[in-house]
Amino acid sequence: MSTQPIIVSASPHVHSDRTSKKLMYDVIIALSPAFLVSIYVFGLGALIVTSVAIASCVLFEYLIQKYLLKTAVTITDGSALLTGILLAFNLPSNLPIWMVIVGGLVAIGVAKLSFGGLGFNIFNPALVGRVFLLVSFPVQMTMWPTAIENNTNVVDAVTGATSLGVIKEGLQYGDTMTEISSRIPSAIDMLFGFTGGSLGEMSALALLLGGLYLIFRKVISWHIPVMVLMTMAVMTGVFWALDPEHYANPIIHILSGGAILGAFYMATDLVTSPMTKKGMIIFAIGIGIITVVIRLFGAYPEGVSFAILIMNAFVPLINKYFKPRRFGSKIKAKIV
Amino acid sequence: MLKTFPKGGIHPPENKLTSAKSIKKMPVPKMVYVPISQHIGIPSEIIVNVKDKVEIGQVIAKSGGFVSSNVHSPVAGVVTKLDKIIDTSGYKKQCIVIRTDAKNESNFEEIDYPLKKDITMEPKDILQRINDYGIVGLGGATFPSHVKLSVKEGTVLDHLIINGVECEPYLTADHRLMLEKAEEILVGIKILMHALHIDKAIIGIENNKKDAIDIFKKLTVNDSGIKVAALQVKYPQGGEKQLVRAILNREVPKNGLPLDVGVIVHNVGTIFAIYQAIQHNKPLIERVVTVTGKKLENASNYWVKIGTPISDLVNEVGGLPEGTRKIVNGGPMMGKAIKNLDVPVTKGTSGILVISEDEASRGEPKNCIRCGECVEVCPMGLEPHLLMNLSEKGMYEKAGSEDIMTCIECGSCSYVCPSHRPLLDYIRFGKTIVKKLNTVKN
Repeated sequence: MSTQPIIVSASPHVHSDRTSKKLMYDVIIALSPAFLVSIYVFGLGALIVTSVAIASCVLFEYLIQKYLLKTAVTITDGSALLTGILLAFNLPSNLPIWMVIVGGLVAIGVAKLSFGGLGFNIFNPALVGRVFLLVSFPVQMTMWPTAIENNTNVVDAVTGATSLGVIKEGLQYGDTMTEISSRIPSAIDMLFGFTGGSLGEMSALALLLGGLYLIFRKVISWHIPVMVLMTMAVMTGVFWALDPEHYANPIIHILSGGAILGAFYMATDLVTSPMTKKGMIIFAIGIGIITVVIRLFGAYPEGVSFAILIMNAFVPLINKYFKPRRFGSKIKAKIV
Repeated sequence: MLKTFPKGGIHPPENKLTSAKSIKKMPVPKMVYVPISQHIGIPSEIIVNVKDKVEIGQVIAKSGGFVSSNVHSPVAGVVTKLDKIIDTSGYKKQCIVIRTDAKNESNFEEIDYPLKKDITMEPKDILQRINDYGIVGLGGATFPSHVKLSVKEGTVLDHLIINGVECEPYLTADHRLMLEKAEEILVGIKILMHALHIDKAIIGIENNKKDAIDIFKKLTVNDSGIKVAALQVKYPQGGEKQLVRAILNREVPKNGLPLDVGVIVHNVGTIFAIYQAIQHNKPLIERVVTVTGKKLENASNYWVKIGTPISDLVNEVGGLPEGTRKIVNGGPMMGKAIKNLDVPVTKGTSGILVISEDEASRGEPKNCIRCGECVEVCPMGLEPHLLMNLSEKGMYEKAGSEDIMTCIECGSCSYVCPSHRPLLDYIRFGKTIVKKLNTVKN
């Protein structure tokens, strides 16, 4: 007999090797191609902003848990680290450092820990941090460094608006899409990431690669990203088909303004998205519609962040009304 | 496409270490400890006294009611004690302790009786015999078989389903039995079809037991009544409701039984026990037990007398390996961990699983990250995270209205939870209280 005591516990006696930590690190792995593209395109700025965002998120979580809440410190679970990366991905790479730190404080302190920590937050912490900065410092948050490799004829070589910003401004001045299209990067450039924008949102291809990895690893299901992008494509497609001179085509909408980053990485946040597949589809369609409404009729050129946060608020309701069908509650088959 | 149930389920590592090991006979134990409550329902009543001599197969405890079962002596010997002994539940239960005679002569020594195909018994007598001979569901639930087979007049019943799924990892008892006793099992199926007046039976076997599927397919090739259904490997397909859904696409209503959709389900082990009872007058006194574990020297399958202490089985396979931290009566998903090896094998013991250090500890529970994985895998369409919360907070009324009582305790939710939350522990706890509340209400 072994000298160690025999454990008695209730079944099951085995466990899958999935852990929350592994899920978090899978997301981080998925984000790395986009991060590499970002460093290539934006240079040192991307590295600095990301490092500061990560450091501030992890540090604020540690400080608040240890000295303010006096609870167990959970910085090793990878969640604060991920929030830091996602926050950085939603910021311009030339944002002043202190603003990045403020963003980290709001994300971790306000959006996450004040709700009770991991799993209890209603809103996506990184997006709350991002939106807080956007409404507090609109100028700095909407002047992106233009991509170094940018081979389109953007006039301002240092800073400039995103494609969607250019389109919105142009349309407000009465330009047509034909005139505007010469001022924005081509779809190919957008696909590879040679375009202005937040640090991690520009390379659609790199983000898609990571997104497929997440679906393959079953960290996320296809329902949210596909339904968000499909809703956006259909809605913008209808407007574009009706009046192509005053509405951008769906490809521009999907490839810019953080649509792919939002659809694959922000909207799919496990904590703040619905539990069932049915619920996920409703949630995703909601995000798609709100995003397009903001982009076409609102004041902001993009809108994915706001759309996700608004739909985050509906998640408890969605979970309540879109429950899985109970086994045996509606009898389909009859006895022959 | 292989058949399966559509909603939920998991596929844990199969670890069927003993599937190639033929069933060996365990030596007759020196002492047997026979609990009088080895089945679901009313405990049996002891009808022997200390110092009584008992024969093999003699009734030593009589059925205590309709939902109850006779208990027979598994050995010839002398009753030495009527005592309370800890059984697999962890509680002390009434047991009959019998010292085996040195000779232990009996009519029931042989498991390998010559095959007897002709069924001569009348349906009514068959059911009576199943009742008298202490046959209960050997798949694990140990529900008295005669109760399942007592179909009320006018009930529509058209299918007998034979459960050869054995979806629990590690266990191979049913698998080996199907390989070694296929013809006997087919006779057993015909006995039940005859007794129930039905002409359709389907044997459900998961596709990780291709050899068993092949044997039955070969043997039933000219049989219009008995079919074999190859099933996709998915836990908990051995659950009655999941199995009926998988094979016949019929959904048993909430709080209902397979009988409500015209089906009766029996485990292959039960069918073999019925065969021996009807054709060879042998009561249920032994069963197949898989003794397994990754570190065991001689993991194998055994014919074991009911009441044999588990320590005998463990010694037979080379003793407990160094670093053993958990001993499970049953499979890893639904089996019960036991405290010590004095616990006896009962009619419901399908396996003994020895787990070592690296797999025995549970992960530390973390916050729920609301990933929805438990909802995804629940085969009953429940929301385990919600039920756990409700049980934890004492909101039992609400837990009841969220269908906590329909949980089949398969453990899929706890298995997948990336935060290692003890979902099923809390759901079980909630169920016991909701059950009490419901009885008070009624």
